[in-house]
Amino acid sequence: MPYNVKEVVAERPSRFTSGHRMCAGCGAPVVTRMILRALKKEDHAVIANATGCMEVSSFIYPYTSWTDSFIHTAFECAAATCSGAEAAYKSLKKQGKLPENENTKFIAFGGDGGTYDIGLQSLSGAMERGHDMTYVCYDNGAYMNTGIQRSSATPRFADTTTSPAGSVIPGKMQSRKDLTEIMEAHHLPYVAQTAAYLNLKDLYEKAEKAIYTEGPTFLNVLAPCPRGWGYPTEDLMTINKLAVETCYWPLYEIVNGKYKITYKPVKKLPIEEFLKPQKRFKHMFKSGNEWMIEEFQKEVDKRWETLLKLEEMSNNEN
Amino acid sequence: MSIRERLSGNEAAATAMKQINPDVVAAFPITPSTEIPQYFSTFVDNGLVDTEFVAVESEHSAMSACIGAESAGARAMTATSANGLSLMWEMIYIASSLRLPIVMSLVNRAVSGPLNIHNDHSDAMGVRDSGWIQLFSETNQEAYDNLIMAHRIAENKDVLLPLMVCQDGFITSHSIENIELIEDEKVKEFVGEYHPEHYLLNRNEPIAVGPLDVQTYLFEHKYQQAEAMRNAKKVILEVAKEFEKLTGRKYGLFEEYKLEDAEIAIVCMNSTAGTTKDVVDSLRERGIKAGLLKVRVFRPFPAEEIAEALKHLKAIAVLDKADSLNGVGGALFEDVATGMYINKTTIPMASYVYGIGGRDTTAKDIESVFSDLIKDSKKEKIENPYRYIGLRKE
Repeated sequence: MPYNVKEVVAERPSRFTSGHRMCAGCGAPVVTRMILRALKKEDHAVIANATGCMEVSSFIYPYTSWTDSFIHTAFECAAATCSGAEAAYKSLKKQGKLPENENTKFIAFGGDGGTYDIGLQSLSGAMERGHDMTYVCYDNGAYMNTGIQRSSATPRFADTTTSPAGSVIPGKMQSRKDLTEIMEAHHLPYVAQTAAYLNLKDLYEKAEKAIYTEGPTFLNVLAPCPRGWGYPTEDLMTINKLAVETCYWPLYEIVNGKYKITYKPVKKLPIEEFLKPQKRFKHMFKSGNEWMIEEFQKEVDKRWETLLKLEEMSNNEN
Repeated sequence: MSIRERLSGNEAAATAMKQINPDVVAAFPITPSTEIPQYFSTFVDNGLVDTEFVAVESEHSAMSACIGAESAGARAMTATSANGLSLMWEMIYIASSLRLPIVMSLVNRAVSGPLNIHNDHSDAMGVRDSGWIQLFSETNQEAYDNLIMAHRIAENKDVLLPLMVCQDGFITSHSIENIELIEDEKVKEFVGEYHPEHYLLNRNEPIAVGPLDVQTYLFEHKYQQAEAMRNAKKVILEVAKEFEKLTGRKYGLFEEYKLEDAEIAIVCMNSTAGTTKDVVDSLRERGIKAGLLKVRVFRPFPAEEIAEALKHLKAIAVLDKADSLNGVGGALFEDVATGMYINKTTIPMASYVYGIGGRDTTAKDIESVFSDLIKDSKKEKIENPYRYIGLRKE
């Protein structure tokens, strides 16, 4: 069935209910709702969540926004926690202690802090062990829950509270870690990078593939943060669009090692278009700081070119 | 008929786990408990158990996976030692606060640093306030028996707390002893099936586990944990009674060895109790009224019962295989002293820190403690109550 956003929304009511306390203009709940819509109606899900904005805003005792079974334990171990629940499912199913024709899917959510940094080991372990689960990183590019500290997902030059744009050191001096590639190095059956763009089609389709591909799968999803990035709340979808159209955040998937860029901008926009509307990059536009924009552009170009080559190479291997 | 065997402490623990047949085991190797996941994974790979074995990449993930599995509705077990437990520390508290009856085999070893792989109790003492039930085992037989009783205690509706069975690294974990095993079928029947009330995999009643628990609720939730820990004492004794019917082996909160008419006594845990019994016997032959109180249940701490059992003595030595570095004495000493004081019993009492980092504790060492006690029992006030056994002074 071809994707139609209205039909998807109508047929699959949100499994992440309203009433949560995420900020207006935050990308994470938009992404979460749509990913959960990719679950078949008849399937039950166990959702694990790392400590972070989403967890502390969606499950404040005694209220929860999650209509599926949900577990949060700590910051760095959503993947390990989820892997334990999945092992329990396998064991109980094997022993005939669960109904045979009913499916439970396992999905873990973590921010970039809980995934790129403190939770990387737990994630790597769970993926290597081959649990039948999907790990979703909602990447907002800093530790937003504790007040916008830099993470290894923070882009170069960004102004954060632990990499402030000072008079000597102008923001974060290191480029961001490429987690999607690290996950691909685990040789997973499905790895994808996506964002809430183009009527959420890319996000929905990749979520569906990730959840319904057997084995460990990984989604890296852009989740802009109005407080940390400094954009007006109503501009969330514009920011998503600019991230993709400048190739800062390419949309692609890797199915059993084969790369496919799922959206190639007809005309790649200059990186300023993405940087300019965000306060965290404001200092880059001061006179004398042109070099910073140039460097940023170079890094984006380099990574985009590499991705194009990877797509070509992986599809030529026969 | 029970089965007579010769097993090391680690083999005994792994055998108990095999007979319990848990749904999930998640563990990471660390000396001296490594053999437990080794033995257990051979049971898994040879189809002797129904367990999913999760060979995690760290102890933090071992406890996280156990929490995930137990929350999902499975019986989950693990084994570890020392730094492994240290790495789990964050999750240890989360496991107990989520009221998950996870069972751990803890093979006691010194926590770094500096690095040392040998036995003391600093690992167990580090988590004594974490809300886990802690059972200590003198012998391989006790390590086995305590594990067989563990789920019945932990899963009791009035308890619902995780439980660790401690035994001494190398001293029992790697020593082969005679052991009496219970038949598989009898263990299965005794342990019973696990039927949690609420669990993640129940699609008819989705639940949310592990909330943000703010000022309006956390205090009451912690109180509930404390209540559960208090309830555990009764349940431990009930389960022990049933276990005695099954095996003839009697267990209490602690064991009293020639204590009834003793004038001086040692209080200690795990394998040192064996050495102490030997010394008590030889002192008795010489007409010295020595005795032993071996603590089996360290958490919940049976303060009142211990105070009652010790109240007739003239002098007491409490042996701690971990130094609390608090300037006062070991953790067991402090707990016993508190219990005595609350019970209005003031008897000369000294704290002895011993066996740190696997330092041998011999019969001669224990004898020297008793000769201190003979002197102490004649004094009004005990001098220098913070003592060491077998420490080189130069």
